[in-house]
Amino acid sequence: MSDAALLPTTRDEDWRYADGEWLAAADPAYVGHWRTLDIAPGESKSDYDVHASGGDATAGTVDRLRVHVGKGGRYALFITNAAGPYARHEIEVTLEEGAHFEFGGVTLGGGDYRQEFVTRVNHAPRSTSNQVVRCVQWGRSVGNFLGRIEIPRDSQQVDAAQNFRAILLEAGASANAKPELEIFADDVKAAHGAAIGALDERAAFYMASRGIAPHVARKLLLRAFVADAFEAIADDAMREHMLEQTLERLDEGLL
Amino acid sequence: MLQIENLHATVGGKEILKGLSLTVNAGEVHAIMGPNGAGKSTLSYVLGGRPGYEVTGGSATLDGPDGQIDLLDLEPHERAAAGLFLGFQYPVEIPGVSFVQFLREAANAQRKNRGEEPLSGGEFLKLAKEKAALLKLDMDMLKRPVNVGFSGGEKKRAEMVQMGILNPAFAVLDETDSGLDIDALRVVGDGINAIMRAPDRAVLLITHYQRLLDYVKPDYVHVLADGRIVKTGGPELALMLEDEGYEAVTA
Ligand SMILES: Nc1ncnc2c1ncn2[C@@H]1O[C@H](COP(=O)(O)OP(=O)(O)OP(=O)(O)O)[C@@H](O)[C@H]1O
Ligand SMILES: [Mg+2]
Repeated sequence: MSDAALLPTTRDEDWRYADGEWLAAADPAYVGHWRTLDIAPGESKSDYDVHASGGDATAGTVDRLRVHVGKGGRYALFITNAAGPYARHEIEVTLEEGAHFEFGGVTLGGGDYRQEFVTRVNHAPRSTSNQVVRCVQWGRSVGNFLGRIEIPRDSQQVDAAQNFRAILLEAGASANAKPELEIFADDVKAAHGAAIGALDERAAFYMASRGIAPHVARKLLLRAFVADAFEAIADDAMREHMLEQTLERLDEGLL
Repeated sequence: MLQIENLHATVGGKEILKGLSLTVNAGEVHAIMGPNGAGKSTLSYVLGGRPGYEVTGGSATLDGPDGQIDLLDLEPHERAAAGLFLGFQYPVEIPGVSFVQFLREAANAQRKNRGEEPLSGGEFLKLAKEKAALLKLDMDMLKRPVNVGFSGGEKKRAEMVQMGILNPAFAVLDETDSGLDIDALRVVGDGINAIMRAPDRAVLLITHYQRLLDYVKPDYVHVLADGRIVKTGGPELALMLEDEGYEAVTA
């Protein structure tokens, strides 16, 4: 569809929270480009990425990945999206029978950055997926998660979970969640949860009452918040690395 | 050690403290009792500097090593470093942050503020074990996230473990006895005495029940009603209140 030289606009459902101005000026070939990844049956692969704006902060990113996971295979993807001014990571996953997709995404930004994850997961019978997205926004930035789960009629015993939470550190920041469940089979488990709020004031005061300075308290609380997205990383060192890299972005942005 | 003079404070635009005065000397234990909604927790939050609790008049000073500190001038975490500790009526749960990490951060932040060297991981754990043992709290509980899944009584015990680790000069303990079983009440009472009974320390105990005062003997008992201290007496005042109720005693 969108492979053509036609640019999407914010009138397209999947692009409704996108940066319209940025899109209008973008190169259709760039925006329409998909990377592809094939996980062979029974194989498993994990990818990790901390994505921040490089030298040219005005460039923006649309990164689209189409993944096919063969029977009983597993694909795990963990991304921190700390880039701007418009940074979109889109992942389309087709799961064959018994395959699993694990996704942990964090958006983190200020200014007028617009950062988003867009996922579409198509489930064969007995396939499973688990997606955890956390947004930390300040300034006038926006964090988005659009997650579609497709479970066709003959795809029984599917288990698909999505969890989204956002913390807005300043009044001008915002977040959007758009879960879409297209479920046609009856023997499935699909769960999604979404919550958007401020940093827990009571916890911050409790910490302060014990002598912890506000910026340290904020970091401890945000570390705990963001950690949910990386909980499924099996390798302790890698999990720690992702967390540290992510929190460094916070330091640069806020402290 | 703590001097509060004619303190006025509002919460959500409503005046709760209406000219409260109180002096606590070093080495003393004072108890504050009073009806629900009188402003007892508000007093502790105002002393701690909780956002949303606005002081509209009066003063509160704490004696420090270099003279009197104007508490109301300090940020909440600076008040802790100055030696103030709040025991919360409702301790806060913090998912994802372990007690050990939280308390080590807190202890070292306070030490840093006082120009002391930070505790190493080993030194801190030794201290934490010692204080957990004093309060008979299973050390494994401190490996869990802060207060998450703790029973009401366990939370209160954990508050006292925190007090032991942070070693404050002045503690305001808001209903630390509520939710404790009979044995735990004794353990916590003994813990308060062990940690805070010293010539250079003092405690303000907010409580509804005279029972805790059997273990932690107060020098003075005050009745706080409608935002002011309306009566002050010795330990016998608590017994009288329990027998006759606030209305009769303060009439
Ligand atoms: N945000 C708020 N806006 C308005 N009134 C408030 C607010 N928070 C607390 N109050 C009121 O302040 C008063 C004092 O509350 P406080 O918690 O200090 O009472 P307390 O003496 O500790 O009572 P208790 O014995 O029940 O613990 C209460 O009437 C309460 O309803
Ligand atoms: Mg109270």
